[in-house]
Amino acid sequence: MPAAVARWRSLVTPMLSRHLGLALGAFILLLLLSSQIGAYDDYNLAAVAIFAIATAGLNLLTGVNGQLSLGHGALMAVGAYSTSLMLRGHDLPLILVLLASLAAASLVGAVFGVAAARLRGPYLAGATLALAVGLPQIATRYSHVFGGEEGLTVPPPTAPGWLGADFPPERWLAWIAIAAALVTMVLLDNLLQSSVGRTFKAVRDHEAAAALAGINVARTQVIAFVISSACAGLAGSLFAYWAGLTAPAGFGVALSLQLVSAIVIGGLGSLSGAVWGSIVLVYVPALTSGMASSLKLPSAVGNNLPLLIYGAVLVVAMLVVPDGIDGGLRRLFALARARLAGATTNHKGVVDWDDPAGS
Amino acid sequence: MNTQINQMTTVMSRVAIGCAVALLAACGQSTSTTNTASAPGITASEIKIGSTQPLTGPAAPGYSEIAPAANAYFQYVNAHGGVFGRKITYNYLDDGYNPTTTSSVTRKLVLEDKVFAVFNALGTPTHLAVVDYLNSEKVPDLFVASGCNCWNDTSNHPYTFGWQTDYTIEGKILGQYIQQNLAGKKVGYFYQNDEFGLDGVKGLDQQLSAVASRQNYVPTNTNVAPQISALQASGAQVVVSFSIPAFTALALLTAAKYGYHPIWIVSNVGSDVPTLTGLLKKFSQGAVGSQLLTGMVTDAYLPLVTDASNPWITLFKGIHDQYISSLPWDGNVLYGMAAAYTFVQAIKAAGRNPTRSGLVHTLETTKLSGGPGLPPYGYSSGNHLGYLGVQVATIGADGNATTVGPVYTSSDSGPINQYSGTPATPPSSGIPS
Repeated sequence: MPAAVARWRSLVTPMLSRHLGLALGAFILLLLLSSQIGAYDDYNLAAVAIFAIATAGLNLLTGVNGQLSLGHGALMAVGAYSTSLMLRGHDLPLILVLLASLAAASLVGAVFGVAAARLRGPYLAGATLALAVGLPQIATRYSHVFGGEEGLTVPPPTAPGWLGADFPPERWLAWIAIAAALVTMVLLDNLLQSSVGRTFKAVRDHEAAAALAGINVARTQVIAFVISSACAGLAGSLFAYWAGLTAPAGFGVALSLQLVSAIVIGGLGSLSGAVWGSIVLVYVPALTSGMASSLKLPSAVGNNLPLLIYGAVLVVAMLVVPDGIDGGLRRLFALARARLAGATTNHKGVVDWDDPAGS
Repeated sequence: MNTQINQMTTVMSRVAIGCAVALLAACGQSTSTTNTASAPGITASEIKIGSTQPLTGPAAPGYSEIAPAANAYFQYVNAHGGVFGRKITYNYLDDGYNPTTTSSVTRKLVLEDKVFAVFNALGTPTHLAVVDYLNSEKVPDLFVASGCNCWNDTSNHPYTFGWQTDYTIEGKILGQYIQQNLAGKKVGYFYQNDEFGLDGVKGLDQQLSAVASRQNYVPTNTNVAPQISALQASGAQVVVSFSIPAFTALALLTAAKYGYHPIWIVSNVGSDVPTLTGLLKKFSQGAVGSQLLTGMVTDAYLPLVTDASNPWITLFKGIHDQYISSLPWDGNVLYGMAAAYTFVQAIKAAGRNPTRSGLVHTLETTKLSGGPGLPPYGYSSGNHLGYLGVQVATIGADGNATTVGPVYTSSDSGPINQYSGTPATPPSSGIPS
């Protein structure tokens, strides 16, 4: 019993209380912000929060634990279909639906994680890609349960009455998504700071060395997969509310690849990188979607312009900030700090990236 | 006391007079000669409408021409004075035929771009994703580019209107053609396994009793060999195909490979000759082309694209050549322009300063007539379907279609009637009056 308590204690890092305060502050700030912007901006804000949950989970798996998953879109589908099926003809409390969807995706993730822990590199990528391709097909095969290509509609979460009758439903959804994202971030950050987080990194950096240090490599990898799947399930559930519909076409291979591209653009291995990536994922298409009809271009060009711009952003980001937006910002800050402390730097202005502040 | 009552009566009568004056002013607005910002998306100089279209993705070949074609017609109208002096701005967004994307870009149209109406949004699965949302926001959802009869739900979706002939009516009329002209032959079905194909089969089954084989496909699996060999094994001499163009082409090629040559009866959406010829050439690496289409039976609710003598074709082909000559002249372009013509008819009928509910009321109560279609419009308070029938056509060896017999109209469950009206001719300006 004392051992269990000690183990539980080891999971709660000193950072937790500080981060809880920060998260609460961020929540209040974002609530105030969302009340000042239009309903469509709230809708996009909700999307950023939802994708941030999924990409944070994926970043934990890929960036921190070193397992590449090209199948996280399918795990989001598990969460989204769980939500849609639960809400079919029932009116269940939101929190229950979110947690049950999270649990369903974790279960699928646990089963898949056991298989994934045996695979490395391209084989793991291939297996997870198979998940992304295969899983949505189940919905078309068993269309009497999952609604086929047309999918299942999801009623929007209703805002409580005390917020007023003309409170936009998009804002209420944004609040829910932001709260869920902040809770996820605090928990994940706490995990990364704990001993579990250190075993994740140890396994990523050198499996044999980690095993010699007494870490159960396979178990660590399965745990990382389950936690990551839980995030995908929660994001999928919120995504179902956000889209108002769960259909197989929404969870294709493209979604899984977008999630991977988001963590690469945002910054591998960091939670703020996941947020940056989600902002790019949501806002680049939102800003470019009107170009096909508003610009006077031949339709063959105009129709494909938004995709071209998305590709160009990806290429430019990789060239300019190869370690992601988060890494780029860190370098920028480090550089600025090094300049400010210029007199005391020793190596002729050369910045040590592992310790950029020279502390 | 008495004086008090008198005073009150005077006040009340003054209030009444005031109300009457206000009412007159309100009535007068509809016949006024100044443009006001009467609804979201409508200003003194602009009518802003939006749409979701598959500009990229699996449904883009062919269908991506529809919105630019509609836009070309709007540009033509704008260049000739617009609608009550207002220019139509058509903001169509790409959804890649993905219902989830449809859902998010539709919110952009409604919340951010604040369009007056959504016009000609394309696709059954895609538009089903947003039909509840548009109706809860009371945004007119006009002339959905899909023949699903699901758009005709006046109690749950009072703001939604279909346009093209629904697949069930189409299936009934094709079934009647088989009964009358191909009696005694074994019939097989090949259909897309969703609302589109199933609605068509529903119509066919109302006319045909014995079906040799029923085969379906899903658009994500391009191997149709099992279905075609099952049809061949069943001995079906006539195959009715409710398929999108890519799958019509795949079915024709697979059947030709097996030496199976039934009479193909293909629904309107899957039978555009220029689109099919291109797909056949592409899929067979140039080995075959339009020769596989000879003798195919289909149907039409618009004038035939190849009928150069038809005045509607002359009008729309002229606009095509002037505004979007880089696109091929085919059934998709004709479709987009004809739908745009109906929109201009509707918005003009709604008066100088239309409101969202006013436009819906106009469509339900003012009988629209004189459009490009072969059958009449069906809009009424109890019916939100557009064209109510089709005319059967056959494809000749030269790739040109020829209409066969009269135009028939029907409803989803009612009898099939012969339509006796004469086709309308377009006004000389090319813009509905």
